Amino acid sequence: MRSKHLIFGVVLLATVSALAVAAQKNNTPVIAPASKSAVQKQTGQQQDDGERIFKQNCSRCHSAPEGFSPGISGTIVRHMRVRASLSRHDEEKLLRFFNP
Amino acid sequence: MLRVTHSFKLCASAHAIHYFLCALAALAIAHHGSAQDTPLISGGAGFLTRTNAGNTTYLPIIEPLLASPLGQHILVESRAALLESFAPDGGNQSGYNHTHFIGLTYLQGDYIASHQFTAVSGYFLIPFNTYNDRLTPIWISNFQDGPLILPLGLLSSGNGLGGMLRGNAIQRNKYSIDYSYFYSTRSANEQFSAHRGSGGSTRLYLPEPRLEVGLSYDRLLQGTHENFYGAHAWWEPKDTAFRLRSEFSRGQHAQGYWIEADYRMQAFGGADSVVGRLEPVFRIQQTFRRDTIVSDGLPLMNTQQADFALDYNLPHNTRILTSYARQFSATNNHNIWETGIVYRFLFPTWKGKQQ
Repeated sequence: MRSKHLIFGVVLLATVSALAVAAQKNNTPVIAPASKSAVQKQTGQQQDDGERIFKQNCSRCHSAPEGFSPGISGTIVRHMRVRASLSRHDEEKLLRFFNP
Repeated sequence: MLRVTHSFKLCASAHAIHYFLCALAALAIAHHGSAQDTPLISGGAGFLTRTNAGNTTYLPIIEPLLASPLGQHILVESRAALLESFAPDGGNQSGYNHTHFIGLTYLQGDYIASHQFTAVSGYFLIPFNTYNDRLTPIWISNFQDGPLILPLGLLSSGNGLGGMLRGNAIQRNKYSIDYSYFYSTRSANEQFSAHRGSGGSTRLYLPEPRLEVGLSYDRLLQGTHENFYGAHAWWEPKDTAFRLRSEFSRGQHAQGYWIEADYRMQAFGGADSVVGRLEPVFRIQQTFRRDTIVSDGLPLMNTQQADFALDYNLPHNTRILTSYARQFSATNNHNIWETGIVYRFLFPTWKGKQQ
């Protein structure tokens, strides 16, 4: 009886996982290339780096808050630096991502 | 038991709020930071209900978090829990009884020497596996309840009083390795309850596949010395809203695991659409007793539990949590129903300097 529950649970987990990944990948938005100036590209690159660092470190545990005062962005990043062992480089990128 | 982390410290008193406010006042006086380093108050406020085998408990709760940078290298942070629990009277009596609890979850100072080396001192969360250190805040966890194996490796209170070293040992483009090592002294203080013990953890993160695996170990160094071992694996595929988390823990007298999958349905109209705010979650967990000595907080019998949750992410950092769990053990099988609403707040302690 117990093994039946376990097998059912594992199968359900695997099915939900596969469906979720498949559904998301089919709906990943295609970003159209846009013509940008060099400065815009650099700024965009920095934003992308910051977003990547956020997704790789912060989003692993929690979703992003909807908004916060720029005055506390440094405190948030320092908190994350301790929790997620961010490098100085990542800290700077994340700070720039919060304050573009 | 409402939340395992809370049940550890039901004997706590209102001294916690005193410590928390003192810390806030001291930081307000001492703070000299840049325009972006204003101390913050964050946390969650919620109203949770739990129906276990027909008995319903109501739990209004606030978990404030304070973080304040001092200078260029120091961060002082603390989290507390304030709750009132309304539970039905036992023994076929009608009516409800209520108890309150105010306690510090942690209060620590961090000295960030470099990204490889951060020294933490004070009353900290024990970094055994992932749940205690990373997923216990009510505004983060997908379920109201922690997993059944949560008490393993947490040295009774879930906290250490002493010091910890942590940081990023190696960072490359393809992978990074973190570590933590702690030593805790024994404390019978009501607010800073801790056992003597030491341990550490390490985790490997692969950014391309977004895969994290880790190992934990700690040892209780008072009374009967016991070893605890842990392992975890997390996977969050790139460009998806899917997360798979799992943990295994082994103690002297019991062991177990949990696996949790959650998916925010943002593929259906975007994260802010009516459907995209839905977040189904499924967790399966099992515990196994290795002997009949019960000293670790795990169920007395081998237990299996399946948890199904449907969370809804409302605007303004508000979240509705609903779940159903069925627990199977040799003694009895029963249902656990939980509902709740949690609001996350995040604001500066004062206006701060203008840039």
